[in-house]
Amino acid sequence: MKELSLHILDIIENSTRAGAKNVEIVIEESRKEDYLVIEIIDDGCGMDDQTLTKVLNPFFTTKDVRRVGIGLSMFRQAALRAGGDLTVRSAPSKGTHVTARFKYAHIDRQPMGDMASTITTVLISNPDLEIVYRHAVDGDQFVFDTRVVRSVLGDVTISSPDVARFICDIIRARQNLD
Amino acid sequence: MGKLTIEELRKIREKAKRSTNLRDAQGKAKITVHMGTCGIASGAREVMDALLDAIDRYGIRDVLVTTSGCAGLCSHEPMATVEYHGSPPVKYAKLTPEKIERILLEHADKGHMVEEYALAIGSEKMS
Repeated sequence: MKELSLHILDIIENSTRAGAKNVEIVIEESRKEDYLVIEIIDDGCGMDDQTLTKVLNPFFTTKDVRRVGIGLSMFRQAALRAGGDLTVRSAPSKGTHVTARFKYAHIDRQPMGDMASTITTVLISNPDLEIVYRHAVDGDQFVFDTRVVRSVLGDVTISSPDVARFICDIIRARQNLD
Repeated sequence: MGKLTIEELRKIREKAKRSTNLRDAQGKAKITVHMGTCGIASGAREVMDALLDAIDRYGIRDVLVTTSGCAGLCSHEPMATVEYHGSPPVKYAKLTPEKIERILLEHADKGHMVEEYALAIGSEKMS
């Protein structure tokens, strides 16, 4: 993956395939204290202890179209490469909580990339999913909540390509300006 | 930075009012961008970005867009499947932003398959 935002998209795709109705993305960047933490929390079906022990193994997958499941293990490798680590907490019917930690200034840390595009892509494919996206940079936080956006949309679905694209531009402008 | 402002929400509402993509509307075509790990790593999100941009730029309002997981053809990613009303689905492989724009305009909007980018015609489910 070229960017951390692509890993995040990949993990959220896992969440939606696990039946999540709510996903929370929490990103905290601190240049002063040299850390970057990404948390993805869902209320999907979760995993039992046996599955959890295998989930970071790239040769384990619950899918039947192929024999590898490299998304989480690639994300973990990205964290390890940048002086951090990745942990997964999960329980059946209680959802999953993925936390990835990075050294902010590590030379091998991937750039955060285009989070607006990741959020838009998730919206397009999951019109009923509620997303809360919190992104703090040096203590200054941006919050995007689909429930707030949905309240002004009327009969139009949040996944309408033109509306989703417009929301993407607004998030992008916010993150570039601030 | 904070939350979305009232002004930003007002703009979103105005955009939604101009949209004809009502909830549960049936489009004349559906484009499914494959968004498995292999697709994402190969550029599927950029393909999705280009698709949304082209839909907005050309004012196309009756094409549905969604995503799916890995279809098991990872070496052909990024891929997308186009289902045009009344025709069998067509899988397109090794997509780029330029290719998806042409597929949108020729296949999804007008019903003419772009043969040179097509990998297969038929069911989404691989056996």
